[in-house]
Amino acid sequence: MTPPISEIWVYLSASPLLGLTITLLAYQGAFWIYQRSGCNPLANPVLIAVTVLVLFLTLTATSYETYFEGAKFVHFLLGPATVALAIPLYMQLHRVRAMLLPVIVGLFVGSLTAAVSAVLVGRLFGASLSTQLSLAPKSVTTPIAMGIAERIGGIPSLTAVLVIITGILGAVGARYVFDAMKLRDPAIRGFAIGVASHGIGTARAFQVNEQSGAFAALAMGLNGALTAILVPLLASWLNAV
Amino acid sequence: MLSALTQLLIFQLTGEIIARGLNLPVPGPVIGMLLLFVALVLRGGPGKELQTTSQTLLQHLSLLFVPAGAGIMVHLHRVADEWLPLLLSLLISTLATLVITALVMKLCQRSPAASGDAP
Repeated sequence: MTPPISEIWVYLSASPLLGLTITLLAYQGAFWIYQRSGCNPLANPVLIAVTVLVLFLTLTATSYETYFEGAKFVHFLLGPATVALAIPLYMQLHRVRAMLLPVIVGLFVGSLTAAVSAVLVGRLFGASLSTQLSLAPKSVTTPIAMGIAERIGGIPSLTAVLVIITGILGAVGARYVFDAMKLRDPAIRGFAIGVASHGIGTARAFQVNEQSGAFAALAMGLNGALTAILVPLLASWLNAV
Repeated sequence: MLSALTQLLIFQLTGEIIARGLNLPVPGPVIGMLLLFVALVLRGGPGKELQTTSQTLLQHLSLLFVPAGAGIMVHLHRVADEWLPLLLSLLISTLATLVITALVMKLCQRSPAASGDAP
């Protein structure tokens, strides 16, 4: 006798197997669409996969916690992948050396622009103070951004969401922005993407060009460290005025 | 593959210990990346195995953001409350950061290069 489908679902929905499988399925489907579109940035695979997953989880009334029990195996690989970014960076060492001045100036100016403009625009359009503080670290990779938000009185979980949206915006929009600026240097394109939109932007840069990817990875790492120092200073100034 | 993954994990673990031990605001994997970079400079490059493994891992870097991205569903209501300032802030700030960063880098690069390359 075969058990009713609802019983199978009860087993599946509680098992990490389902969360892991649907993550890989959704991503592969999204990546297929992305490739079919000729790697069009609008068909960003993170955006498509996340949309599909959120719809699926909502329709099946599966909680995010249950889903993450399976998805955490994929999430875990972010750590070793971040370490692995050192290799493309090393391969571009000669280019990084030659561009030391633009890299340093771009880092400082870009890092400040990312934090200050996010806070100011948010404030201008009536965001609450805690939301403004949650916006400040939005351009750096999730674990750093959440740590900063917590320290300065923002809402870390809100920051995590804003970080992901920023990453997708940068990955989707960067090509159009740079093309409009007639900017071709893959090193500069990559570095600016890395400063503005951290790992998701870096992932996109790697898909387009190895050198862009390496410079995006460099920018992501440096901007994470610099923002962790700059934003708390900015926040104390913000609280004072 | 296995030894390369082990190397990456050892660098991550070392980074994690340093970050926590010294109470640094930078996460362990980023410190691990810097340590591996220094090691590569000292060693004169990665081995073949480390290179192919990291390439495989980085080829699908965007997959690794999907689980965290799906976390959006938990905070949809919070985002909905202040959607206009949030959306405008993220849009304008991301655009400004891309444009200004690229612009200053281009300016910095051009001035010394122009004087050096001029015949």
